[in-house]
Amino acid sequence: MMKLTRDSFHVFQANAKNALKQSQHATSVLICAGTGCIAGGSMKIYDNIKSECERHGLNIYVGLKHDSDAEKSLHVKMSGCHGFCEMGPLVHIEPMGIMYIHVKPEDCEEIIEKTVLGGKIIDRLVYHLDGVAYPKQEDIPFYKKQHRVVLENCGRTDAEDIEEYIAKDGYTAFEKALFEMSDSDICQTIIESGLRGRGGGGFHAGRKWDSARKQSAPKKYVVCNGDEGDPGAFMDRSVMEGNPHSVIEGMLIAGLAIGSDEGYIYVRAEYPLAVDRLKIAISKAEKFGLLGDHILGSDFSFHLNVNTGAGAFVCGEGSALTASIEGTRGMPRVKPPRTVEHGLWAQPTVLNNVETFANIPLIILHGVSWYRAIGTSMSPGTKAFALTGNVVNTGLIEVPMGTTIREVIFDIGGGIQNGKQFKAVQIGGPSGGCCCASSEHLDLPLDFDSLKKIGAMIGSGGMVVMDEDTCMVEVARFFMRFTQNESCGKCVPCREGTKRMLEILDRILDNKGTLGDLELLEDLSDTITHTALCGLGQSACKPVESTLKYFREEYLAHVVDHYCPHCNGPKKGLVIDPEKCKGCGKCRKGCPVEAITGTAKQPHTIDQDKCIQCKACVTNCPFGAISMEV
Amino acid sequence: MMKISQPMKGLDRVDEICTKYNCNPSNLIAIMQEIQVEYKYLSEEALTLIAEKLGISTARVYSVATFYENFSLEAKGKHIIRVCAGTACHVRKSKPIYDAISEYLNLDDRHKTTKDCLFTLETVACLGACGLAPVMTIDGEVHAKMTPDAAVELLRAIQKEEVTE
Repeated sequence: MMKLTRDSFHVFQANAKNALKQSQHATSVLICAGTGCIAGGSMKIYDNIKSECERHGLNIYVGLKHDSDAEKSLHVKMSGCHGFCEMGPLVHIEPMGIMYIHVKPEDCEEIIEKTVLGGKIIDRLVYHLDGVAYPKQEDIPFYKKQHRVVLENCGRTDAEDIEEYIAKDGYTAFEKALFEMSDSDICQTIIESGLRGRGGGGFHAGRKWDSARKQSAPKKYVVCNGDEGDPGAFMDRSVMEGNPHSVIEGMLIAGLAIGSDEGYIYVRAEYPLAVDRLKIAISKAEKFGLLGDHILGSDFSFHLNVNTGAGAFVCGEGSALTASIEGTRGMPRVKPPRTVEHGLWAQPTVLNNVETFANIPLIILHGVSWYRAIGTSMSPGTKAFALTGNVVNTGLIEVPMGTTIREVIFDIGGGIQNGKQFKAVQIGGPSGGCCCASSEHLDLPLDFDSLKKIGAMIGSGGMVVMDEDTCMVEVARFFMRFTQNESCGKCVPCREGTKRMLEILDRILDNKGTLGDLELLEDLSDTITHTALCGLGQSACKPVESTLKYFREEYLAHVVDHYCPHCNGPKKGLVIDPEKCKGCGKCRKGCPVEAITGTAKQPHTIDQDKCIQCKACVTNCPFGAISMEV
Repeated sequence: MMKISQPMKGLDRVDEICTKYNCNPSNLIAIMQEIQVEYKYLSEEALTLIAEKLGISTARVYSVATFYENFSLEAKGKHIIRVCAGTACHVRKSKPIYDAISEYLNLDDRHKTTKDCLFTLETVACLGACGLAPVMTIDGEVHAKMTPDAAVELLRAIQKEEVTE
C-alpha cells in the first residue's frame, strides 16, 4: 500500500464507500469480540461459523465487499463491544438487523442454515422481555433509550479494518482540520462545542488545548489517558477495543491544534486486547500514511506510542501518568504548574481521556451546532456509562448528558436483579459518592454539575447499582480499602489518613465501634479532602462522606445496636428452653421491658418485639434455660 | 508429589531485552514488563543487571519495581489465579470465591503461592468484564459468572491435568 496523499485519500475513501454500500446489501455475520463476549466463548463461535460456512460452500471474506469477491459469499467479522454484555456472547446478522443473545458454539450450524441461508429467525436465540420477542437490536428497550454517538461504530465495525473506518467517514475530520483549519480554528471549534473532559473532572477540553497551543516550546506532547482504573468502569476499554481509530484521529487533531508531533496512549496492563487493537490500528494508519512523517503529503508529522501501565490506580492522575511514561514511580506532583505548561518531560502537554478524544472527530465533522443539540447546555454531548452491579441489564451504554439516573437504571438497565428493591447507585468509582434511593436523587440529571451538588461526581462513568441487601457501611469500607491500597504514599493526609479511616470502618463493621467513631470519620475525611496532594486523596473520602450523610442509620445500626441485618444475617433472639424452664417466674419479674409472659409452673416465653436483649433474664434464671438462638 | 521443574534461565534475555529498548531509562517499565513475562518474576540479579545496562542506580530500578502492583520480586506459581475484586464483582459476591480458593489451596494472607509452586492466588482491581461479574482469570483466561464451587472445580481440573502430564 502506497502512502496516501490528500487526493489519493479522497479516491481511496470513495472506493471504500462504494465497497461499504455493496457490503451493506450482502449478508454479514458480526460476532462480538469485546472482552466480555470473548470470555463467554465468542472466539469459538467465530471459528464454528467459519467452518459451517465451509461446509455449506460459502466463501468468506474479511473486510469490505469488493467487486472481485465471489457472489455466493458471506462476510464474517469480529466487532467491538455491543454493550449488552449481560446477554453475551452476541451475534449480529446484517442486513436483517437480527441480534442473537447467549449464543453457544453449537448454535452456529443452525444460525447458518436457518438464518443466513434460510432467512428465518431462531426464536430461542432472540431477546425476550415480558413475553415479547425482540429480534432487532434497535427495538430492544436496552438500546431504544440510548443515543449512541461515540459508541456507534463499536459493535458495527470491524475494529481491525481501517478501510471500513475510512468508509464510514473516518479520518475525514482530520483531513478537514489538516488542510482547511488553522490551529486556533480547531481550538475555537472545540471551545464552542463545550466539550468537557470525560475522565471525571469535566474541564473544558477546548480551553486546555488553547492554553497548550499558546505555549512556546521546542516540543509538545499529546497524551491519551487510557488508564481506566476505576473498578466497575469499562467505557474506555470498549472504545479502544471497538473503535481504536477514533482515538487516533482525535489525537491527531489535538496534535494539529497544539503543534505537537508526538503522542502517547497510556493503557492499563489489565486490558491486553485494547493494547493489541491499538497497536494494530497504529501500524495500519502508518501504512496508509495517516501517521508518521508528512501525513497525507503535508508538512505535518505525528508519531504515536502505546505504553502499558503496571497496575497503579494513581497513574490515572495526570502528573502521575506522565511520570509513569517517563519510566519512574507514578507519583503525582504539586500543581501548578499544570500539565499544559509542564507535562511529559517537562514540556507542554495535552492530556485527555479516551472518550474525550473519540468525541473530537465527531465535533469537527458534524459541527458545533450538531454537537450542542445533544445533552444539556452546560454539559453538551453524550456520556458512556458502564452499568453494573445488581441491575438486570449490565453493560455499556451511551446516553445524552442530562438523562436522569432513573431512566438509566430502570428503563435501560431494566431495574434491579431478582425483583429486589433499589437501594443506591455508586457513580464515579472510588472518587464518587453514593446516591440514595429517594426519588429526588433518582430524578437527578446525569451531568457534571448536578451531581456535584449532592456530593457525587460523574467520574469516568462507572455506575454500580446496589440492591436492598447491600450494607452501605461495607460499601464505604470497600472503597476505602481500595484507595488506601492504591495511595502512593507521597503525602501524609492520604497515606496515614486513609489507613486510619479504614481501621475505624473495620472496627464499625466488627460491631465494636462507638458513636464517636462517626464523628472521627467526618473529621478525618474533612482534613484529608482539604489537604491531600492529588485528586485521588482529595476525593478518597467521598464514599464515606456520602454514605454517612444518606445512610447514617446503617452506621448507627452497627455502632448502637451492634447488629446489621445485611452483615449479620437474620436477627437472633433470646429463647427459653421449655424443657428446662420450671416456670419459677424469676425472669418475668426481672425483665425491665416486660417482654416475658407465662403462668406459674408453666414454661415462659419471650416476646421478641419487646425484648432489648439486656440478658437480665439469662442471669436471673436458676436453671440455665435461657440462651441466644442458634 | 508433583515436581515442577523450571529450568534455570540465565540472564541473557535480560541483556537482550534491555538492548532491544536501546537501554533507555525511560523504557524501564516496559523492559521490566517484558522481563517478567520471560522469567515470571524480577530476581535481584535481573534488577541489578537492568540498572547496570541502563546506567541508573539499583535503587531507582528497585523503587519502580516495588511501586507497581504488577511487578513481582518473588517467584510465582505455574498457574496464576486472579480473582476480580472490582466493585461490580464485589457486589455480586466475589469475596467468597477468593476465600474458597484460598481455603482449597491452603493459602493465607502471607502465603499466596502453593507449596508445590503450582498456583499463585491474587486479586485484581478490575478486569473491566463487569457484565460477567463475578469473574476470575487463570493464566489470563477469563472465567465468567463464577461461584465458589465452580472455581474450585476449575482448579481440580488443572491439578488432574498436571498429574497426568
